[in-house]
Formats: sequence, C-alpha cells, structure tokens
Amino acid sequence: MNTENNILVKLHNAGFKQNNKWLVEGVSLTVEKGKIVTLIGPNGSGKSTTAKIALGIYKNIEGNVEKYTNKVGYVPQKISIDWTLPLRVCDFMLLTESISEKDIDEALSLTGVIHLKNKNLGNLSGGEFQRVLIARAISKKPELLVLDEPVQGVDYTGEIALYELIKNISDTLSCGILLISHDLHTVMTATDHVVCLNGHVCCSGSPMDVAKNNEYKALFGEKASQILTVYEHKHDHVHSDEGEIKKN
Amino acid sequence: MFDDFFVRALFAGIGIAFVTGPLGCFVVWRRLSYFGDTLAHSALLGVTMAYTLDLNIAISVFLISSVIALILIQLQKKTNLPGDALLGLLAHSSLAVGLVVIGFLTFIRFDIMGLLFGDILAVTTDDLLIIWTGGALILLVLKLIWKPLFASTVNYELAEAEGLNPDRAKAIFTILMAAVIAISIKMVGLLLITGMLIIPAAMARNISDSPQKMVIFSIIGGLLSVVLGLYSSLEFNTSSGPSIIAAALVLFILSLFKIKQSIKLKN
Repeated sequence: MNTENNILVKLHNAGFKQNNKWLVEGVSLTVEKGKIVTLIGPNGSGKSTTAKIALGIYKNIEGNVEKYTNKVGYVPQKISIDWTLPLRVCDFMLLTESISEKDIDEALSLTGVIHLKNKNLGNLSGGEFQRVLIARAISKKPELLVLDEPVQGVDYTGEIALYELIKNISDTLSCGILLISHDLHTVMTATDHVVCLNGHVCCSGSPMDVAKNNEYKALFGEKASQILTVYEHKHDHVHSDEGEIKKN
Repeated sequence: MFDDFFVRALFAGIGIAFVTGPLGCFVVWRRLSYFGDTLAHSALLGVTMAYTLDLNIAISVFLISSVIALILIQLQKKTNLPGDALLGLLAHSSLAVGLVVIGFLTFIRFDIMGLLFGDILAVTTDDLLIIWTGGALILLVLKLIWKPLFASTVNYELAEAEGLNPDRAKAIFTILMAAVIAISIKMVGLLLITGMLIIPAAMARNISDSPQKMVIFSIIGGLLSVVLGLYSSLEFNTSSGPSIIAAALVLFILSLFKIKQSIKLKN
C-alpha cells in the first residue's frame, strides 16, 4: 500500500490492442484516495477499456498499471444475468465478499432499493438493477470504486440523488473513484479531475481547465463548455432541491 | 454389510449423488453439458488404458479426462473453430480411438454395455472407497473455490476486477469435472454421466429461487434418482445407469408442475 501519496491506481502510458486495432492508447492517469476522476468522451473512445485496464481485467496491455489496493468495487457498464441462475438481490450482494446483513441493508437503503432485497434479479427493471449494482459495489466499503455509467436507466431525480451519494461515499469512506459518465453537468461539478478521451487522452485537468480546452470544445461542441458557467449559476438552487429529494 | 452387491451399489450411488448435485448446478449455470459429454466420452480411452496397464479404472479415467480437458483448453486458444465443434471433435475422436483400441485388446473380455450404461454388479468395495474418499475431496475443493467460481459464473469481469482470480477457479473446476466422471463411470456408464449431472440440477432449477437451494434440491434429486433407479433396476433387471437417469427424468417432469403453479400465481 502506497500510503505516502495516497495513490490507489496509476496508469502510465497504458493502452490496449484487440485484433490489431488500438481500443485506447497512451493513457496516463492517477486515482488517489478521496478523489473523483472522471472519464468522458464519445462512444468508442475507450472509456470502458481504460477502466478495465485500471482494474486489471485486460492482461496483455501496453504501458503499465500500478494498483495499490485489492479492495475494489466495480459497477460494469453491461451485465446480464442468465435465467438458469436463480439469484436474489441478497445473494448478489454477497457475490465477491462476505459482508454482514447490516451492511447489506444499509447499502440497499442508501440506493433506495431495500424493498427489493428478496426479489429475483431477473425481475428487476433496468434502473432498479443499476441501483442494486451500485449498492453491491459500495457495501464492501472499497478503497477504489470504479463506476462505468452507474446511473444508466435511472430516473432523473434518482440520478441526482445517486450522484450525490457517490460524492458522499468518496468523502466518508475516503475512497478513490474512477467514474465514467455521459452527464457533463455532474462531471463538471462533482469531479476533482477530468480526463477527456478519444482513443487517446485529448485533454485532462480540473473541470474548469478541460471546459476551456479547445479539443474538448471540438469534441463536445461549444455549448458543452458553457455548461459549467450555467451550472454554477444554478448551484444554490439545485443544492436545496437535492435536500428535498433525499427526504422523499 | 458391503457383501451384498446391491448395498454396495446403493452406497456408491449415494456417494456419487452428493458430488454430482453441486457440480451439476455449475454445469447447468456455465452451460457445460456438452463439455461434460466430451470428458465422459474420453473416459473410454481411460478405461482401455486401465486394462492394458493394469491400473485402477477411476484413476486412469481421471488422468485421461484431465489430459483431454487440457488439450481442449489449448485448442480453444490456438484455433478459430467454435467451441462446440472442438468439443465434438474431441468427444467423438476419443470415443472412436477408445473403441479401436478395445478391438486390439482381444485377450481381455470387455463388457461394452456395462461401460456405456453402467453396471451395478461391477461395484466393488475398492470402488466404494474411491467414490467416498474421492467424492469428499471433490466437495472439499469445490467448497474452497466456491466464491470465485460462482462469482465468475455470474460475471467474469466483476470477479476478475474485484480480485477473485476466476481463471484459476475455472481450471480447478475442470479437474473436478474429470474427477467426478472418473468416480461415477462404473455406476452410471459413460454415455449417461452427463445426465446424472444435468437432470437433477435442471429439476432443482424449477423449484428453487436461490443458488443454495438449487444445490440442495439437486443433491436430493440425485439421491432419490439413485435409490428409485437402483430398486427398479433390480426389479426389472435393467442396466443401472439408464434406470437412474430415467428416475431423474420422472422427477424433472414432476418439477415442471411447480413451474406451472408459480407462473399461474404471478398472473
């Protein structure tokens, strides 16, 4: 464990080639304790690939990855549960680690799906399943949390509440988070460091730096860079709103 | 007590059912039924090797099946053929080679039917020892690799990302498959071993809502099939393997009624 500089995972010039085609190359990034690093980029830009490189799922990679923790929580982008597996939510929560009943209940309550605890996974809706996936990843109190489009299919109010939850987790557990998200609003406000990908690293830095970057503007359009200012204007309002949503 | 051939057969069958129950669930979950078939077919080669080299049948079958499994894993990495074609290639060629070798061994009297469909008369006290110690070992190892194996059955990347080493669990599981075939070949016969793995597990799927329950029902289903099958085999003078599998099929058909009920309840 590298305690001196709190580094959890460090990619140095990492890349992955499949069938002679680079999925992503030359990525360098560092996830530290208590920090949120977000990957953004268009479809096929190598966001999920980068996450899988960081997690050690891909083995024959270029460059190198240094991982300093084994306590990892992962929410993959795609997961399909086979019908032949009778699996309830509570079984799924125990998949990779034996955690206490209390921690399971707590995590399921935080993501708002405690009522589904004994339901079969196959009977959940997309948004419900996504909430269960997040609950499973946080219930094991990981040091590194990798979230690949964690709120896909979740309703709008739930989306805000879940992002708020993710931010809280990063603070309370002081775990590092590698987040992949399409939602530029969230990316630009709750993130410490943004990496903009398009097969390689286009630009990276603080949300403010990235928003001003010309390559970012070229990739997401002029409007995207204004989001930050728009959001900052709205900030107080959204914040009080979120308090109400949480009470619901 | 073990002087009676029927008591020996019963205890052998019970020992086997305890092992095929949980392993069969993984065969169903991981869609490995044809893989099981391939290993079972290759067991014939193991049997011929046992006769020629005067080895114990179970040990010889275990060795040959493990080798075939390793060859399969290598072929999967090195060729572009689809998995089922490779399995078919290995299954039928090892069966054919086994039968050809038997043709050459004219000095040994083979009970081919017994090999293919099982023979309760053939179970000796030594076999019982192998089944129970081997079975206990298989279950112990399965318990040790349960978490990574199950997690990677649900989702490989999740298991790999969270540090469970699914590749190692898969390799060990492959060896366990070879072992379960080795200990059950005398009882069920090599053509029907996969049935013993799959049918009780499929029956259990119909009546369970959690993985643990499915394993337990699969064991119970296997035990019932063995007892019912062996008694009817004695009664009607039929081969032990087919009788056990037929009993398992009856249980499976009964379990379908439970599905119908639960579908009705949902509507």
